[in-house]
Amino acid sequence: MPSLDDLKKRIKSVKSTQKITKAMKMVAAAKLRKAQESAEKGRPYSQKMQNIILNLTKTISDPQNAPKLLVGTGKDKVNLCVVLTADRGLCGGFNSNICKLAKVNFKKILNEGKELKIITVGTKGLDQIRREYGKYVIKKFSFKNKKQISFNEAEIIGKEIIDLFKKDQFDKCILFFNNFKNVITQIPQAQQIIPAENNSSTKEEKDPIFYEFEPEEDEILEDLLPKNISTQVFKAFLENAASEQGSRMTAMDNATRNAGDLVDKLTINYNRSRQASITKELIEIISGAESL
Amino acid sequence: MSENFTVEIISPDKSILKSEATEVTIPSYEGQMGILKDHIPLITFLRPGLIIIKENSVEKKFFIEDGTVEFSNNNLLILTTTAKNLDNLDKNSIDIIIKNSEEKINKDEISDKERYLLSYKIDILKDISR
Repeated sequence: MPSLDDLKKRIKSVKSTQKITKAMKMVAAAKLRKAQESAEKGRPYSQKMQNIILNLTKTISDPQNAPKLLVGTGKDKVNLCVVLTADRGLCGGFNSNICKLAKVNFKKILNEGKELKIITVGTKGLDQIRREYGKYVIKKFSFKNKKQISFNEAEIIGKEIIDLFKKDQFDKCILFFNNFKNVITQIPQAQQIIPAENNSSTKEEKDPIFYEFEPEEDEILEDLLPKNISTQVFKAFLENAASEQGSRMTAMDNATRNAGDLVDKLTINYNRSRQASITKELIEIISGAESL
Repeated sequence: MSENFTVEIISPDKSILKSEATEVTIPSYEGQMGILKDHIPLITFLRPGLIIIKENSVEKKFFIEDGTVEFSNNNLLILTTTAKNLDNLDKNSIDIIIKNSEEKINKDEISDKERYLLSYKIDILKDISR
């Protein structure tokens, strides 16, 4: 049985932890609203961009001469995985979920005898991946000191990916991030960005549309494809930011509630042992008085 | 039969406009381009200029710096990072943009393409502020 003093200390420490988790929840809730808004507003842009690219892929007449970014190198040897995670912890399963999905894919890639290359964005993902797959990590990014991730950061990553591609460093590029569904549900996702592929269920298998291009098709594709990659990375960023806050909010809400339960339990314990010691003292006094 | 088609302007952080239009004029890379209903599918780039959206007799104007345009199935899609409704743009802010662009154009390190785009931007903005 812990002493009264110990119990008192426990209660105090749990209460201050509760205060911290509560504050974190509030902060996450406030940030969530903003992040969610920008994620939802950003969706149409990236979706439409992806649609244009997909329509283009269908109309490509001469796959041999088409830009490699669009149709791929034709090989499937080297896989580049870009894993987007948060820089901060204490957000429930957010980071582990992405890493879990990523690791399943890594394993598959390696089992098929293909080459694996990893780029991590965010320190938390790196920490989890490093142990098993550290030797495959070729680049790591972290925007820890950036308050709000903007299109510029997405462009940095996008450029890096394109540079590597131009140097023939990989054949296939997959993005890993959490898709923000709602506050409680975030779905880890793998999206292939090079070559462009339709990830969302291919329900509308329409006839390919033949576009008129102005200026030339090549020129348009040359400009549009890198833009699309940055856009997709940016979308992943936004989804991730919203997911992180949502995940943290639920995690901290749970933590606050658990701390509350713990405080209640400890308080009952404390009161019991206090009562017990009072009763004990009384008995001692009474029996002492009786013996006189 | 209505002569309308839908037009959408979307930027990375929000959807700026979604409405019906009878005619849209866009500053495509190689010149002004008017789009009516049942235009053939088209993909093109924009240079700095004005998008003019006409719905019957109502006109809406947007200033844009760059963007990508897709037209298919009577749906005009304008993806741009910089679209500003002309009604919300006051003379002062236009002047600031003009000044910045003029400073940039006088630097040597920019490419011909950039210079071409910038000079367009300045001309258009001067036109607007007049």
